[in-house]
Amino acid sequence: MIEIKDVTKTYQTGDIAFQALKGVTFTIKEGEFVAIMGPSGSGKSTLMHILGALDTPTSGKYYLNNQDVSKLSEDHLADIRRDQIGFVFQSFNLLPRATVLRNVMVPLIYAEVKEEERMTRAKEALKAAGFDESHFLHLSNQLSGGQIQRVAIARALVNNPKLILADEPTGNLDTKTGEIVLGTFQRLNEELGRTIILITHEHDVAEHAKRIIHIRDGLILSDSKTHNRRVIKHS
Amino acid sequence: MKTIDILHETYAALASNKVRSGLTMLGIIIGISSVIAMVSIGQGAQASIQSSIQSIGSNLILIMPGQQRAPGAQVSAARGSARSLTLADSEAITKDITLAKAVAPETSSRYQVTSKGKNSNTSIVGTVAAYPSVRNVEMDMGTFISEQNVKSLSKVAVLGATASEDLFGLDANPVGQTIRINSVVFKIIGVTKAKGGSGFGSQDDMIFIPITSAQRFLAGDDYVSTISVQAKDSESMAEAQQQITDLLLKNHHITDPTLADFSIMNQADILATASSITGVFTILLAAIAGISLVVGGIGIMNMMLTTVTERTREIGLRKAIGAKRADINIQFLIEAVMLTFVGGVIGVLLGWGISIGISATGLIQTQITLSSVLLAFGVSAGIGIIFGYYPARRAAMLNPIDALRYE
Repeated sequence: MIEIKDVTKTYQTGDIAFQALKGVTFTIKEGEFVAIMGPSGSGKSTLMHILGALDTPTSGKYYLNNQDVSKLSEDHLADIRRDQIGFVFQSFNLLPRATVLRNVMVPLIYAEVKEEERMTRAKEALKAAGFDESHFLHLSNQLSGGQIQRVAIARALVNNPKLILADEPTGNLDTKTGEIVLGTFQRLNEELGRTIILITHEHDVAEHAKRIIHIRDGLILSDSKTHNRRVIKHS
Repeated sequence: MKTIDILHETYAALASNKVRSGLTMLGIIIGISSVIAMVSIGQGAQASIQSSIQSIGSNLILIMPGQQRAPGAQVSAARGSARSLTLADSEAITKDITLAKAVAPETSSRYQVTSKGKNSNTSIVGTVAAYPSVRNVEMDMGTFISEQNVKSLSKVAVLGATASEDLFGLDANPVGQTIRINSVVFKIIGVTKAKGGSGFGSQDDMIFIPITSAQRFLAGDDYVSTISVQAKDSESMAEAQQQITDLLLKNHHITDPTLADFSIMNQADILATASSITGVFTILLAAIAGISLVVGGIGIMNMMLTTVTERTREIGLRKAIGAKRADINIQFLIEAVMLTFVGGVIGVLLGWGISIGISATGLIQTQITLSSVLLAFGVSAGIGIIFGYYPARRAAMLNPIDALRYE
């Protein structure tokens, strides 16, 4: 489903060029749960931006569902993000002063989904993310960190994307809430068969995935199945 | 992105910061309402001046004594002191100009007028029987001066409505009573109806007496100050004016028309001159009010730029979940237009209220025209687009990665 071939990315700041990715190659199949792990400055964020169609590589190829995404224009990338990718960010990025339901429905606005259908799909997504129905009409700034991240997960699910990209989803959460959120990802992966890519710098977090791609200084250090995988039991 | 969704997003965004949206809108409200109010004052003034010019008669040609200038000399006497028209001129016009329907010569001068215990300084107009038909004067009580009165130098007077009120009080019937004009006793035979209008010298604060009596008992000469000629119809005005000019030049033995010792104008000229003056006046008022509208527009731009900065992360998120540049652009543009449009609607209503209030004070009858309302709407929507364009474009051009990282 995802094919990354010799991808490099160079940032040009004035006269200084900085190569964040120095040739990365891997494939991810549908239904996988992969963690991309590396310390800050390793190039994992750059990789996340390219995987998420937020940015294009300087050289190399990126195929998403057999479509070459590496040379698309900004508006075409927006279409890819809208239809095929769901994002979960470290800082949640919910709309303040909007209800939970409305936050989840925002992607559907850009996909021009019919008004009647939006509500049904938003509710389904919230349930899938394990969000308590009694809080659907709460404002997003009245929720706890764990609840907020579930809303963000529901928002990422609502367009039925093939790929869910989670960028440090537990970075702003305490360990216990983080575990619950990671458990949600595991459940989405196993029960609903969603492809999930988890970007993190923490080994503990990465161990919740089935496969870990280790990245350092813009190169892949290792790419293997997770030993001692942590599985969160969900009720 | 569907239109209804854009409107919904816009409403949500504006409602989330009501105070700021309200204050920004206030700039537009003040701008639009002052434009509406100012233009309504200008147009009201224009209408009132036009109606008072029209109230002095219809198809009117006015002949007044003009500059008396010796050939070659640049010294000219002031118009008021010029004495070049006489009753003979008026009679010649009556006799020779067939296009003239009625001719009314008049003398006009201010004298001290006394009635029982009351004293006033009023314009005394000496004129003839044709005056009411030429100058649109209607009688309230009694009769106007007759031809017989003029022939026999009768000491009779017709009071204007205001003059009657000043000398005899409101709702009194002074017909049959006497007044003294410059110590000469005149008998009142009538009172005219009020014409209203105060723009062009009140037509009501006058006392009419036979022109012959005015010349004999008050002025002591036989000059007239104005000859009013009513043309047959509006088409024959220009021709009648030309014929009168030729006749008077001939009678006054003047060969060079530029040296004419009288000036002649018709009502249309006066109207056009007054209209152009009030038009400039209206534009001036609108321009001053327009400045506040521009200031309001800059307020909109300022707020939109602040909003874009504040909502950088939201913009980043929207882009990440699939919003295109055009979606972001239109959303922020509509926000600005919405502010100015709603501000415009409130501004029009407020301006309307102000102009009704001004009318109610009685100072001036204001007039709101559809064109000024439409213009105000157009301008306010235009301001939204112009001042919203740059902030919206800035929002649309944001890179989603940088926007998401923005702290």
